[in-house]
Amino acid sequence: MAADDTANKHGPDIAAAVKDALLSGLVALALFGPLIGLRTEQNMRNELVIQSRWGLVAAIIAVIVIGRFLMLTLVSPALARRRERVSATPEHPSALRQALGKWFAPASIAFLFLYPILIVSLLGFQGSLKWVDNFGIQILIYVMLGWGLNIVVGLAGLLDLGYVAFYAVGAYSYALLSSHFGLSFWILLPMAGIFAALWGIMLGFPVLRLRGDYLAIVTLAFGEIIRLVLINFRELTNGSAGISSIPKVTLFGIPFDASPGGFAKMFDLPLSSAYYKIFLYYLILLLALLTAFVTIRLRKLPVGRAWEALREDEIACRSLGINTTNTKLTAFALGALFAGFAGSFFAARQGFVSPESFTFMESAIIVAIVVLGGMGSMVGVALAAVAMIGGTELLRELAFLKTIFGDNFNPDQFRMLIFGLAMVGIMIWKPRGFVSSREPTIFLAEKKAISGSLVKEGHG
Amino acid sequence: MSELLQTAPAALPWENNPVLAVEHVFMRFGGLIAVNDLSFSVGRGDITALIGPNGAGKTTVFNCITGFYKPTQGMLRLQHASGATFLLERMPDFRISAKARVARTFQNIRLFSGMTVLENLLVAQHNPLMLASGMTVLGILGLPGYRRAEHEAVERAKYWLERTGLTPRADDPAGDLPYGAQRRLEIARAMCTGPELLCLDEPAAGLNPRESAELNALLLGIRETEKTSLLLIEHDMSVVMEISDHVIVLEYGTKIADGTPPEVRNDPRVIAAYLGVDDREVEVVEERLDQIVEGAAT
Repeated sequence: MAADDTANKHGPDIAAAVKDALLSGLVALALFGPLIGLRTEQNMRNELVIQSRWGLVAAIIAVIVIGRFLMLTLVSPALARRRERVSATPEHPSALRQALGKWFAPASIAFLFLYPILIVSLLGFQGSLKWVDNFGIQILIYVMLGWGLNIVVGLAGLLDLGYVAFYAVGAYSYALLSSHFGLSFWILLPMAGIFAALWGIMLGFPVLRLRGDYLAIVTLAFGEIIRLVLINFRELTNGSAGISSIPKVTLFGIPFDASPGGFAKMFDLPLSSAYYKIFLYYLILLLALLTAFVTIRLRKLPVGRAWEALREDEIACRSLGINTTNTKLTAFALGALFAGFAGSFFAARQGFVSPESFTFMESAIIVAIVVLGGMGSMVGVALAAVAMIGGTELLRELAFLKTIFGDNFNPDQFRMLIFGLAMVGIMIWKPRGFVSSREPTIFLAEKKAISGSLVKEGHG
Repeated sequence: MSELLQTAPAALPWENNPVLAVEHVFMRFGGLIAVNDLSFSVGRGDITALIGPNGAGKTTVFNCITGFYKPTQGMLRLQHASGATFLLERMPDFRISAKARVARTFQNIRLFSGMTVLENLLVAQHNPLMLASGMTVLGILGLPGYRRAEHEAVERAKYWLERTGLTPRADDPAGDLPYGAQRRLEIARAMCTGPELLCLDEPAAGLNPRESAELNALLLGIRETEKTSLLLIEHDMSVVMEISDHVIVLEYGTKIADGTPPEVRNDPRVIAAYLGVDDREVEVVEERLDQIVEGAAT
């Protein structure tokens, strides 16, 4: 850091940079020499043989030395200059940014409605399947889950690491009730939501006395309990084998199949599975928009303000006569309600549910979406879902890299690594998430965005 | 009980139909007795000050009154002007504010710093707004009843913004306000709950003399126009002596004086306890105290 500071004032200090780079090279040699340079392998007679790879080590060290040198002489001074320039100009958003902020949400909603039409007209029905299903539906499920969890984590400030439990309750409600009782999706969608909300209240009651880390751990445990019950309650849930052949969603009674009363026959269209996918796409889009609409409305109602006040200061809330237990429970229940909706949609779309789909990893991804998006921000959460889920789906599309890195290269395996790197990067440059400012719910004269540094993250 | 109080001739003005009667309250934390057999009355429409050296148990008394602590023993009886009576020691904290209408501010300011000034004042009106929004259901549907209620709530907030001089900052986040303005906002927020009794925990702490004078005017104005009784903890003697009608002095959780400001100011026990004395003066003061005790005995 000292080298950086001198570089800022007098331009790049070459001698110091060379010294620093050589030192980094030395550290790298100490680290990578034994780790990469020496490798043991078993030969035909089961003996361990040491192989040396000094060429590779030399290449890595060269990259580090040159990289460090360039970093100190070119990148750091440029960053410092930029920082100075930014701090010199007072913060006030340009007209472009303001227009972007105003029109981004409506424009993206319009785009989402046109997206299947666009894809179908570009790639035809068969080619559109992947883009509508893997990208469209998959991302929108997570957008909806992110917005649901945003109520609990982003607005009420209650860190819930077991959110996927409510998703599971919704999915199994639909799976069991539709396959055993033949109830339609349209009856079970609200029911699944209500069941999940009831579970939210049931789990909420005992844990709401806890705060912060303790709340997080207990909710995490509840997520695991639900999954373990699903695995072990074989009589009802069929254990880890899961429930298969769950009935599909119908368009108000019109099934999407090849039967004479099916969608394709009815409208005299050629048979294609794309209709069902596009229908599902619009269904989840509407469900996600319902979540957004309700959340935006709730923020402007007393209950929403009470959630945010709770996140800011619970004791002050109680001193103002707010029943904090009820307020937390409504947040839990509403978050769970939307997870239940999403869960029943998930079950209907997959046609198969098993406890495998509801691991802690899912909860972690949803929490990561909310945190990455900027807690409490609808647009931010949606963007984060696109980046996280769309990003992982895109990695599957990178098969062409095999021509460069050889046939053994599988970009899917780098998913978590890239994830981690992206998260670290975001936490460095945008520690409060993509959208870090909070929008006030009401204003007298002028609506001013509130800087994220003043908004608290909640404590329990 | 109340009959008894009404028939007995009140010796002191604040004993006559008090808004809050604290009777034999004890508060123990393990072996520590923070409040020891404390009884006092807060007169209706009075400004009552609770003073005492650091650690005397003033804030503990406040926390008992506002329900953040449950007293180990004793009774806290709050009576509205309408005659409705509440036993505060039996109520959970949020109901004390919602039903018994006791509002409070905090020694270390507790605003919702990431919310705007106006939002802070609307959160304070949570309960009436919640009713008007039909427990949220009608509000989501956007029915006009809620909009009217919200409009009224904003009008009320505007009134208090005007009173506290915060109107120009209404749309700024509360955390951005200077210290004195944050203190005033906390009072405005408490007043938005429409309290019968307003408890202020060191409202003048950290204020400069001019702000302190403004605060005095604000508090006197609140008593004048809102008919709210005020109970305040304060170290700033200029505030205490200027505006309070009745002063109670605590030391080590025990009441050592109770009277009008001039009475309390001249009480040697208060001088000894509150202002403190030099080591050299201890004997002198003790001597004087002995004389007083002897005088009282004879």
